[in-house]
Amino acid sequence: MLADKDRIFTNLYGFHSPGLAAAKQRGAWDGTKLLLERGKDWVINEMKASGLRGRGGAGFPTGLKWSFMPKPDPARPSYLVVNADESEPGTCKDREIMRNDPHLLIEGCLIASFSMGAHACYIYIRGEYILERERLQAAVDEAYEANLIGKNNVHGYPFDLYVHHGAGAYICGEETALLESLEGKKGMPRLKPPFPANMGLYGCPTTVNNVESIAVAPTILRRGAAWFSSFGAKNNAGTKLFCVSGHVNTPCNVEEAMSIPFRELIDKHCGGIRGGWDNLLAVIPGGSSVPLVPANEIIDAPMDFDTLRGLKSGLGTAAVIVMDKSTDVIRAIARISYFYKHESCGQCTPCREGTGWMWRVVNRMAEGRAQKREIDMLLEVSTQIEGHTICALGDAAAWPIQGLIRHFRPEIEKRIDDYAANPHSEPARGFRAAAE
Amino acid sequence: MTVRRLADVQPDSFDFTPDNRAWADAQIAKYPPGRQASAVIPLLWKAQAQNDYWLPRAAIEKVAQMLDMPAIRVLEIATFYSMFNLEPVGRHFIQMCGTTPCMLRGSNDIKAVLEKRVGEQRHVSADGHFAWLEVECLGACCNAPMVQINDDYYEDLTPENFNKLLDDLAAGRPVKKGSQTGKASSEPEPGKGTTLTDGALYDGSVVGSWRARFDEEKAKAEAAAAEAAAKAAADATEKK
Repeated sequence: MLADKDRIFTNLYGFHSPGLAAAKQRGAWDGTKLLLERGKDWVINEMKASGLRGRGGAGFPTGLKWSFMPKPDPARPSYLVVNADESEPGTCKDREIMRNDPHLLIEGCLIASFSMGAHACYIYIRGEYILERERLQAAVDEAYEANLIGKNNVHGYPFDLYVHHGAGAYICGEETALLESLEGKKGMPRLKPPFPANMGLYGCPTTVNNVESIAVAPTILRRGAAWFSSFGAKNNAGTKLFCVSGHVNTPCNVEEAMSIPFRELIDKHCGGIRGGWDNLLAVIPGGSSVPLVPANEIIDAPMDFDTLRGLKSGLGTAAVIVMDKSTDVIRAIARISYFYKHESCGQCTPCREGTGWMWRVVNRMAEGRAQKREIDMLLEVSTQIEGHTICALGDAAAWPIQGLIRHFRPEIEKRIDDYAANPHSEPARGFRAAAE
Repeated sequence: MTVRRLADVQPDSFDFTPDNRAWADAQIAKYPPGRQASAVIPLLWKAQAQNDYWLPRAAIEKVAQMLDMPAIRVLEIATFYSMFNLEPVGRHFIQMCGTTPCMLRGSNDIKAVLEKRVGEQRHVSADGHFAWLEVECLGACCNAPMVQINDDYYEDLTPENFNKLLDDLAAGRPVKKGSQTGKASSEPEPGKGTTLTDGALYDGSVVGSWRARFDEEKAKAEAAAAEAAAKAAADATEKK
């Protein structure tokens, strides 16, 4: 288990004040000027050496991303945009950072902006997080007041930070949709290229990073890349916030070392699986977008990017959704399908039409009112959606269904058989349709 | 994608209160000149908050005029983003999270309570207190199931404590926001974590503890520089 002294988010649960004085006492804003004095190349190299991979889901190396920003040009100012539109089902880590440890995020924004020559940063927080937005804004005001950020701040690097908010669209978590939304348009993803590093916010060079990726940066720089990369398996370095929800005894957010075995994560922090380990059915290890993994494969698997990819799933945002054997797994995935149907922005036809089609079919399967040949048809249609859309929402809608069919095809067939043996107007088991 | 239309019955006009007007100007100032359209979501949000949590056509047009945007662009925004309510929502607007993590922890039971007490979705209850809507993940999954009522989250619900919460709201009694089981946030058990128990994290002893690495590096660099200088000096004397 990770020792407390190696944790970055020391006020994760809000047992202490989120205010500036308390945050400083916990080590935030400590020697920031010293770090900046070492120069932007040092910052970027240290971030690269730390092996930090983006915490928003895709796992792209953060230091490398920062290095893509072009040289500052007065005609086209650079921007840092922090993606705090945390909406991936299962994920609730950034919320705790923003309401309990906001100063780590603000300090991270300054350092990241410095390393890429940006003098303005926007934090795009999801609209539903109203308390979190107020807390974050209060922390930003405190930082301005203490002259830690602003035009003439004590760090000698002019820097402005603004909190912006959305209004309840999951798609705005996609970086180009977020930029569209920030410009005052509908959150519809842009075609890439050009990538945001060349043409981002207002047509200017922009880097979009997740809250956690930015908030860990100051501590990594203080304690060194070697310290951070000493946790986790090779290529999966660092500590990570895991959000464990679903059928565990005590669901919680917890910061742990990467590559911690699933069993250890659950036993140490979540009081074990509800009803014991034999009662585990399946786990969605990285938020709703990744395919589920059945119990026998996940129990002793290290929780990191590469291992979970090997299990045909992914670490995503490390939102671990645990399902025990009382779960109607087809119904659970049908609900995720409904989510994607609801959240598709409607721009690309395969996603706009496909997410609704998949939801209707998988919903019928959950009731047993389907034909077995439709299982393969569903699988085929999902592969027609995957990879044929501008953004990854089409992929994210297809993967949970592919995972369900890969691991629980007998369950679907049995449900169909049960219904066929006793056809009636009601669903095979007394379940009501998901939503609607 | 969902179909969202403006309400049938609309007020004649809408204007921001002077306070909100000043607030709106401060929002617009956050963005570079000519980029005032960026403020459209915050402004619509404020208009909605001022108008009993729903957005009439007049407010949409007002915001368009303030931001110098075509009204259709603002209407697009208002219908695209699901947090803009286009029809009246009652005094307490309940958004119930029904996505899988909450569903696994029993949001269907919470839904049953709402159906019984409030009736069908998108309808204001007869007493004018409540309206409810099943929404997608609200991002409090470690505290599932949960609802958002107006601005606030209410987490770790059970049919019992949720019924009590609705009773209290209807009667105008004060209610506890956040977790209904006494958690501070998303810790494993109320007030108690399995981690972050080390007092040394909070007594200020971590401040500056990392600097040794930099000092060592600096000392090493200085020593190396001194050595190089000495060597150069020695070489120079040898040459003489």
